[in-house]
Amino acid sequence: MSKLVLTGLGKTFGTVPAVQDVSLTLQQGEFVSLLGPSGCGKTTTLRMIAGFISPTAGTIEMNGAPLSAPNRVVAPEKRGMSMIFQSYAIWPNMTVAQNVAFGLKLRRLPGEDLRRRLDRILDVVQLGHLKNRYPAELSGGQQQRVALARAIVIEPEVLLLDEPLSNLDANLREEMRSEIRRLHDAFRITTVYVTHDQAEAMVTSDRIVVMNHGRIEQVDDPVSLYNRPRTRFVAGFIGRTNFLDGTADTGTIRFPGFTARADLLPEVAGLLHGPVSFSVRPQNIVLHRAAPADANGAWWVEGRIAERAYLGEYWEYVVRPAAAELRLRVSAAPQSVYETGDAVWLEIDPRRIARVPSSEV
Amino acid sequence: MSQTELTRVAAVAMPTRRRAFDPALLLWIVLAAVLIFLVVNPLFRLVQLSLEDTDTGAFTLMNYVTAYSRQRYITATWNSLALGFWVTVLCLIFAVPVAWAVSRTDMPCKGAIRLLVLGAFVTPPYLGSIGWILLAGPNSGWLNRVWMTLTGAHEGLFNIYSFSGLAFNIALYSFPYLFIFTSAALDVVSSEMEDAANILGAGTLRTTLRITLPLVLPAILGGAIITFLEAIALFGTPALIAIPARFNVVTTQLLQFFSQPIRAEVAAAYAVPLLLITVGLFGVQRWLVRRRGFVSLTGKGGDRRQMALGPWRWVMLGYTLLLLSLSVLLPYAALAQAALAKAWGRGFSLDNLTLHNFHYLLFEHETAAQSVINSFTYAAAAACIAMGLALAIAYIVSRRLLPWAGVLSFVAMAPFVVPGIVLAIAFYAAYAPPPLALYGTATILILAFATRFLPIGYANADAAIRSINPEMEDAVRILGGGRLLAIRRVLAPLMQRSLIGAWLLVFIPATRELSTAMFLYGPNTRTMSVMLMDMSEEGNFESLAALGFLLLASTLVIVGLASGLLGRDFMLRRERG
Ligand SMILES: Nc1ncnc2c1ncn2[C@@H]1O[C@H](COP(=O)(O)OP(=O)(O)OP(=O)(O)O)[C@@H](O)[C@H]1O
Ligand SMILES: [Mg+2]
Repeated sequence: MSKLVLTGLGKTFGTVPAVQDVSLTLQQGEFVSLLGPSGCGKTTTLRMIAGFISPTAGTIEMNGAPLSAPNRVVAPEKRGMSMIFQSYAIWPNMTVAQNVAFGLKLRRLPGEDLRRRLDRILDVVQLGHLKNRYPAELSGGQQQRVALARAIVIEPEVLLLDEPLSNLDANLREEMRSEIRRLHDAFRITTVYVTHDQAEAMVTSDRIVVMNHGRIEQVDDPVSLYNRPRTRFVAGFIGRTNFLDGTADTGTIRFPGFTARADLLPEVAGLLHGPVSFSVRPQNIVLHRAAPADANGAWWVEGRIAERAYLGEYWEYVVRPAAAELRLRVSAAPQSVYETGDAVWLEIDPRRIARVPSSEV
Repeated sequence: MSQTELTRVAAVAMPTRRRAFDPALLLWIVLAAVLIFLVVNPLFRLVQLSLEDTDTGAFTLMNYVTAYSRQRYITATWNSLALGFWVTVLCLIFAVPVAWAVSRTDMPCKGAIRLLVLGAFVTPPYLGSIGWILLAGPNSGWLNRVWMTLTGAHEGLFNIYSFSGLAFNIALYSFPYLFIFTSAALDVVSSEMEDAANILGAGTLRTTLRITLPLVLPAILGGAIITFLEAIALFGTPALIAIPARFNVVTTQLLQFFSQPIRAEVAAAYAVPLLLITVGLFGVQRWLVRRRGFVSLTGKGGDRRQMALGPWRWVMLGYTLLLLSLSVLLPYAALAQAALAKAWGRGFSLDNLTLHNFHYLLFEHETAAQSVINSFTYAAAAACIAMGLALAIAYIVSRRLLPWAGVLSFVAMAPFVVPGIVLAIAFYAAYAPPPLALYGTATILILAFATRFLPIGYANADAAIRSINPEMEDAVRILGGGRLLAIRRVLAPLMQRSLIGAWLLVFIPATRELSTAMFLYGPNTRTMSVMLMDMSEEGNFESLAALGFLLLASTLVIVGLASGLLGRDFMLRRERG
């Protein structure tokens, strides 16, 4: 069953559109991330779902019933949702236990029931021994767990998270993002997770919504998003990539500095005409010292190493195809060592590149 | 957790009730009405009254003609401007070197000096004047007697009852404004700016004059304007000094328009230019402070080193201590002596000591005890009204609950530029006549006090609310609590401390407010400040000093008690955890 349905959702502040035409359907128990650069409208979208902001266009429905429309908005307190805020918003005047039990008390749970659920959730987030502490006496990570416990314990219809990890240091962030996914697997609460960190989105999410300038660019699972980006923005935002811009004509594509066979592309063979663009991940380009004996179904490009950097886990080379301005970034294993200026051959597998809209449109 | 639990929770959480009429809108209307009553209508009535013929109600400019036709009235205006000028000059001489020495040099005893400056700041100027009458009254004042004893002269050296005495006296209690402005600005000029000049070959003195001083100049000018405005709006000191010295300034002249027969319309006409000058100069001050295009004043600006003055630091300390003795130590000593003396002129001796003055005030005098009670109850009521209003406005402004909330905050801050005396006349114009006929009642005093100090309350309430992340409230609401619950369970407890502080910041000046009370009190609604004025006319300096002492001491006790209360509450909270 569809849990949450956003249809043509939009929000304009004054004359500035912050969110435009966002349509999205979440299934019961699904974990979906909103991912995008700063100012792209993630928080605005999330706060519209929560009911703090009323949309200027479109609707939100939950369980088939309308929640938000431009003229009529159900108040946040009537939505049965939970939210985890960037600042955690743990109430400093209440103990850990009081914070976590707050939502249960509002629902007038009988005392014994309440205690049982409180103890259980505190165990789950490993805070049982700290239940009588005040938030000021907790570390950042512990405060984060309080926020999680407080939001999850009421078993909300939908759980909303707004960059919950951005205030933590790098190690803790990695630990907590797995923790969030673990809690989701345990409770199966439909979740919307806002982040601008792609690794966070990829670790936690069933599906990722990539947003830019207030619009949805692409909605997909992490694997498809990475391997089949549908727009230049998505290709560039999710991981590192190279763009190849060329012109297709009668079965060949002319790129600056080299020409490639269009019929090797899996999907669009033969039909291409005019300007075309592709995204190629640095690790999908293989370096060779010599020309191939056999093309082997790949595109081959001759070039020279222009720059190199050793990053420990891999080498990063910049290769320039002969007589062209193009600069291709290539990742190579630590043991494949080339010097700047070395002549190399690049092997590009046409099945592992993604066609994106041409830059000239 | 079982499925049944989940559905029950969900069922509670999802009632399908429609949202009713927005309560924020209702609140907005109520607040707007209250602000119109307290701020807009009185000022409107003031201007209207000044342009009205009292008998016919027809439009006329005659009131302005009357107010400015007599030489005496023009001289009073001129005196006020000259007074403002000289007070500002004296304050610059007093405050700037001391502020510089405290914030940028190695002058010793800085802690004690800051405390004494604070003492000067919280002393009601009219109490300081009474102290100075005891010190520098012609012939009988302590300083004159010491002078005569030392030199054998037959006449005293000082006469507080003079224009220069008045300017000097006001400056002694106004310089803390300038001190605060200047040292705040000096505190953010980084030593790196000065080092840069040093590296290029400028000496210490040159660096201070050419680099540091210009950097803080806008702040000093801004402070000077505030000082000027305070001086021309001041009522108590001129009433105590200028009237016996037989000259008038604008504020004492206004009082005379209010003695029988009351000519409120002429007073209104006479007050409007004062209001316009004030509004205009505040505008200039805001522009000066905002314009500061000096980057160093905004950033953290590196660390600051203290300049080594060598032996000169003792000279600086001497100057500072002299100033603070004149402002705080000597007048306080004179007041204390008089309050505890049978006859203050008999000097310091054991057989002259008595507590009778206090007994007389509290148990024998007809109205003095009542005036003490009045002062504190009115101030408390005014502080509650001002804070309640300020909080409600600050809340809907900061949470952007409604468009146009900004208008409310503008009106709430407006009394800041209205001199107390002008506000009093405006209240008189608006609410003395029927149907309300509030003149002389406790109500009008309380409302006028609340209005006068509303800007202090608003600025503090606004800061308190802004310091709390709105997500704290959002977290309550998303879990199912309404906005009122969020305010009650989260916002109120978190703001408790800062709100009690803000309440006190309104309460304390309200307990000593003179200029507003002077024009609105009735026979049974005298405040301590009014009582002090009455007694000074009687010339009974012993009870006068005793009453002044009560005022100062009770303020200190209240602040002490409140901070004790806050501390204890804080301790309790920690212990429960
Ligand atoms: N209350 C508001 N009034 C006016 N403009 C707003 C308001 N809130 C957000 N905006 C604008 O809407 C756009 C989207 O803001 P939003 O907070 O949703 O971005 P975001 O994706 O959450 O960014 P970040 O990653 O920085 O949190 C921004 O351009 C922002 O300036
Ligand atoms: Mg955001």
